[in-house]
Amino acid sequence: MVGILEDKDRIFTNLYGLHDWGLEGAKKRGCWNATKDMLDAGPAWIIDNIKNSGLRGRGGAGFGTGLKWSFMPKEVKDGRPHYLVVNADESEPGTCKDREIMRHDPHLLIEGCLIASRAMQAHACYIYIRGEYVREREVLEAAIKQAYDAKLIGKNNVHGWDFDCYVHHGAGAYICGEETALLESLEGKKGQPRLKPPFPAGAGLYGMPTTVNNVESIAVVGTILRRGAGWFAGFGRPNNTGTKLFCVSGHVNLPCNVEESMSIPFRQLMEDHCGGIRGGWGNLKAVIPGGSSVPMIPAEQCEDLPMDFDALRELKSGLGTAAVIVMDKSTDLVRAIARLSYFYKHESCGQCTPCREGTGWMWRVMERMATGEADMKEIDTLLDVTTQVEGHTICALGDAAAWPIQGLFRHFRHEVEDRITSYRAGKPHVMGATLIAAE
Amino acid sequence: MPIAKVNGVEVEFEPGMTVLQVAELAGEEIPRFCYHERLSIAGNCRMCLVEVKPGPPKPQASCALPAAENQEIFTNTPMVKKAREGVMEFLLINHPLDCPICDQGGECDLQDQAMGYGRDDSRYDENKRAVEEKEMGPVIKTVMTRCIQCTRCVRFITEVAGVPDIGLISRGEDVEITTYLGKAVASELSGNVNDLCPVGALTHKPWTFQYRPWELKKTQSIDVMDAMGAAIRVDSRGAQVLRALPRVNEDINEEWLSDKSRYAVDGLSRQRLDRPYVRVNGKLAPATWGEAFAAVASRIKATTPDRVGVIAGDLQDAESMKAALDLFGSLGVTNLDCRQDGVALGAGPRESWLFNSTFAGIENADVVLLVGTNPRLEAPVFNTRLRKQWIAGKTRIGVIGDNADLTYDYDYLGAGGQTLAGLAKSKSDFVQALKSAERPAIIVGQGALTGPGGAAVLKTLAGLAKTFGVVRDGWNGWNVLHTAAARVGGLDLGFIPAEGGKTALEMVKPGALDVLVLLGADEIEASASGAFTVYLGSHGDRGAHGADVILPGAAYTEKTGLYVNTEGRVQMAERVVFPKGQAKEDWAVLRALSAMVGHTLPYDTLDALRSKLMADHPTFGRIDYLSAPASFDVGSLGKKGDLGDTAFVSSVRDPYLNNPITRASATMAELSALRIAPVAMAAE
Amino acid sequence: MSVRRLAKDQPAAFAFSADTMATAQWWIAKYPAERRQSAVIPILWLVQKQEGWVSEPAIRAIAELLGMPVIRVLEVATFYTMFQLEPVGKVAFVQLCGTTPCMLCGANDLKTVLKEKIGPKNHISADGKFSWEEVECLGACSNAPMAAINDYYYEDLTAETLGQILDDFAAGKSPKPGSYVGRGASEPHGKIQTLLDPALYDGSRAKKMKLPNAPEKAKKAGKAETSA
Ligand SMILES: Cc1cc2nc3c(=O)[nH]c(=O)nc-3n(C[C@H](O)[C@H](O)[C@H](O)COP(=O)(O)O)c2cc1C
Ligand code: SF4
Ligand code: FES
Repeated sequence: MVGILEDKDRIFTNLYGLHDWGLEGAKKRGCWNATKDMLDAGPAWIIDNIKNSGLRGRGGAGFGTGLKWSFMPKEVKDGRPHYLVVNADESEPGTCKDREIMRHDPHLLIEGCLIASRAMQAHACYIYIRGEYVREREVLEAAIKQAYDAKLIGKNNVHGWDFDCYVHHGAGAYICGEETALLESLEGKKGQPRLKPPFPAGAGLYGMPTTVNNVESIAVVGTILRRGAGWFAGFGRPNNTGTKLFCVSGHVNLPCNVEESMSIPFRQLMEDHCGGIRGGWGNLKAVIPGGSSVPMIPAEQCEDLPMDFDALRELKSGLGTAAVIVMDKSTDLVRAIARLSYFYKHESCGQCTPCREGTGWMWRVMERMATGEADMKEIDTLLDVTTQVEGHTICALGDAAAWPIQGLFRHFRHEVEDRITSYRAGKPHVMGATLIAAE
Repeated sequence: MPIAKVNGVEVEFEPGMTVLQVAELAGEEIPRFCYHERLSIAGNCRMCLVEVKPGPPKPQASCALPAAENQEIFTNTPMVKKAREGVMEFLLINHPLDCPICDQGGECDLQDQAMGYGRDDSRYDENKRAVEEKEMGPVIKTVMTRCIQCTRCVRFITEVAGVPDIGLISRGEDVEITTYLGKAVASELSGNVNDLCPVGALTHKPWTFQYRPWELKKTQSIDVMDAMGAAIRVDSRGAQVLRALPRVNEDINEEWLSDKSRYAVDGLSRQRLDRPYVRVNGKLAPATWGEAFAAVASRIKATTPDRVGVIAGDLQDAESMKAALDLFGSLGVTNLDCRQDGVALGAGPRESWLFNSTFAGIENADVVLLVGTNPRLEAPVFNTRLRKQWIAGKTRIGVIGDNADLTYDYDYLGAGGQTLAGLAKSKSDFVQALKSAERPAIIVGQGALTGPGGAAVLKTLAGLAKTFGVVRDGWNGWNVLHTAAARVGGLDLGFIPAEGGKTALEMVKPGALDVLVLLGADEIEASASGAFTVYLGSHGDRGAHGADVILPGAAYTEKTGLYVNTEGRVQMAERVVFPKGQAKEDWAVLRALSAMVGHTLPYDTLDALRSKLMADHPTFGRIDYLSAPASFDVGSLGKKGDLGDTAFVSSVRDPYLNNPITRASATMAELSALRIAPVAMAAE
Repeated sequence: MSVRRLAKDQPAAFAFSADTMATAQWWIAKYPAERRQSAVIPILWLVQKQEGWVSEPAIRAIAELLGMPVIRVLEVATFYTMFQLEPVGKVAFVQLCGTTPCMLCGANDLKTVLKEKIGPKNHISADGKFSWEEVECLGACSNAPMAAINDYYYEDLTAETLGQILDDFAAGKSPKPGSYVGRGASEPHGKIQTLLDPALYDGSRAKKMKLPNAPEKAKKAGKAETSA
């Protein structure tokens, strides 16, 4: 057997799109089975089961999904409708899992939306999909139409809970993945994160009680309830349970998406599913384990590393979206991080001072670090600047911009220092693939 | 009341307050750029970070965080200091630091706070960002490289002014404040964004490079450009008034000021009358005071009182009107009027011509009917109160008159007399709401009460007010919105025709009088009267043009004077500079004249004049005081008559050209031109 | 990102086509009636589909359609980088992902190809047919390097395959989107080891089932809840 998880325990059984994504195919694979029973069992039952499954949000922050749902007002009051908003903005570099759900298993998502909406007394759900996913949006719209036509959703549907599901799309802005920026964007504005409080459960979309969840968090719900909370909780380590989609990119022989058990050791994930590190295990240099926002970890720390929230937190990194970016020894790590710094500068919404000004500053210095032109004492200035951004902004993009740089210097400071030294010595760093993103 | 601790000291606070407000209660100053108490909270500058327990182990934006019982707030810990210094450094890395050539210099929040939190060296080695200048119209000058993206301007224009013309486009470090393709900001309140801008990105275009704030003398005074009586501070250097800025007065203008009140001050230095003139052989020739007085006195003495008339203008202080009343009254003149527009007000109790609800009180009205008034033109700052109430969803507004953009939605009921006539029987939603309102208010403008049907309109409206219970126990919703700063004072003094006397409109008819005295009256067409005309005023404006004798007086910044605003609030304007050239304060001119006509006024000093004024009219003794809304018999107002079918149009056709000071102002001319022909979009 | 400004040369007018308008109305209907502003991004996108880019007259038309101040539409159009404020290549508009995962897998080589075949980025080729830009992570990292060409994703690219794709576009063909190493999607190329169990697909999972942990008297409780 490869990996830990057995096929029978995989939720996303059409992850690779080898089968029919449509309603027929989805039903055959078990989707929409017993959905009505779940709804009939009522919100409390649904929320309790999701709590018991240990499901933590798959959008990056890993907040308990059942707990989050329980923050919604128990009843609809004063005619203030509740909303479920599904975060399908998937823009964190390295992350490409929600895409596969939407184009290959859309009915799992739609079913999840219905169940989650029932649990939160919502009659409408918006799925906010990034604008670039044109094909994925087409499939999702088609699947939703199938569900309406089959009366699975809509008014007077067979499930007895009136429910509308709408697709909305963005237009190129990473920040719209941040839940409150997403809500702003959904209201037809710039995607600028809101101040919290108020939290969305109190005043979210259109000022109404709202919960925002990642696609994967919602799409697993139906299967969890069908198989039982205990089944899901049986995978992974305590507090890090369930199955998880891993997106592996970079220097592996077979980059891919794969659903595995939470807490699978890093090396096993690489070797069983990804054909191993390019050039062999010994050629591994560093890994960004959870999408571009989390600090990298060096090869030495990777071997037995369980891929889960807590283990990665202990290494001062994070599981994030479980987007594993693998970098082998050929990698110019400084350049790789400088490119991420450019990304954050490009994606800063620009409203709050530390992020607006700090991301540009950090990127510019990183560019000079990458060539070696920087001054040695700028390293400490740069790190100081990262701490001036970190924790001082409205949303977590500021942190996300700071952490990759901190990760680089935590583990590879000597590389930067060497580069600066050789540049001073008249031996400028020659890059195989120079990239100056913003001219 | 809940209690929190600020740096270890307990403070009680009102529920709903933010951490920033609680810290200030405790006397801790919190630096801020984006936060402004009258705007929505943006929380974007991050300057106000404090440490809060319980809470996450990172500093919190105090402006946006609700304070909580038992919260511990720290404003002076190393974490807070580091956070603020960090923010300050970020704000400065792309700031041009061009303070020496910046008009904000000396009153710049960034400059001030850099003293407290700035580093003395720069660690930023990259090129600074340069941002293109933006065109925003005649009163806003931009130096956009200085902008710190606090979005106060966007929030003010959108929320308070209700004219969403400014935005923040693009994103990240490229964000830019702009209007749509260089469109001029179409708000009558746009100058406030220059005040709100914490740096020198938006400054007062008309005053560019004219002063450094520290060289100005600052005088607290009262605005007279409309009948609100906004609190202002007038800044001068030497003999020149350079600017007018709002002062905070919660009851009147909060802290806003209209563009007119602010930028008309350049009109104080243009077209001024600085010496007397006497018409000789059909031509006005410079004269001495003695010659001018002699010319006037001899005419008056030679004329019977019934052939003499006096009209007081819209900017006149109460003291000079009192002096005129005393002087001409003693001569037996009954032709006296302060109503150049012939408005049908002045008889009846004082409440009949006041804005009884008060500006602040109107916020309690649940239904408001506007009749013949466009508050956006007539009292722009007051209009923001109606807008505020509308946004809060607390007030429903109906309009009879111009169907204009008032920056809020309203029920449009109709244009004029006929609508009014049918109102009592109307089944419309709005009228039902008015009928069942708890605190209904009527705001009537001069536009409805002037013209031949004025008195009849008043009668009908008063009848409606009675029917709808607009004046009831503890609530007086009868409101007259005046547009002239002098008007309520004039009516309070009884500056209206005495028994048998002529009204202003009658006085200027051909052959009506032999001697006509215009006390700063420039809004009435007197040229056809044929009377010997004496003009006492500050500007070579309409009144002066047809005059036979010109007596140079003082503008509102050149005398101390009492004004009564439309609410009935008596306020004192202060002298900022001296009258121009040989000009004198108006009361003093009348006092001198009185001696020449043999009816010397019984006061030699302004104080003595005021004592008499207050003795004769006790309301004037209560400066800055407003009595509680009195009840009165509203139904008795006006006269029966034909309502006519004319539409009520606002009496202010062009707010930028409706008094002699504005007509002398270059900035007002520009603003007026923009109103008439909004500039084509810059991109085309 | 450089400052996003409207193009210097603007058309005199903009009109919604019947199709665009119909779709725009469909979008508007998705939101509560008083929230039509929500449709601004989808409608800007539709307009871009119709015209190839977003022009100034179009911004005004959208503002009017949605009852928004123009400055608010301009804010949106300049905030979101998918809105092209200048015309782009008519035959192929290439958006190459340059972010780290793609960069690690050779995005820079692709850039060289684009420069050679099309020219500098953000410029239209002389014949007006091609243009390209570098964009941030497009969310297909397991299929890196990749580019979006006219809406669809071209994945697992090499200098050669990208060159061929461009040549095909130039020759009037419509090269197929998807992986260019022959992958179906994001499975491990040539070595699928999971999701092979036939029981997943034989319909056995669609059989009537009882929920684990089903509450007692689920039916009744359910009814009470739904009617609430
Ligand atoms: C800058 C930024 C970008 C984010 N992008 C995404 C995203 O693309 N997709 C996503 O699901 N969550 C994203 N998040 C996390 C969301 O804010 C939110 O936590 C998540 O959607 C909650 O869903 P979950 O509880 O199911 O994880 C982002 C957060 C930040 C700060
Ligand atoms: S941290 Fe950056 S992205 Fe987040 S609100 Fe602030 S400026 Fe916007
Ligand atoms: S004043 Fe609080 S963030 Fe600006």
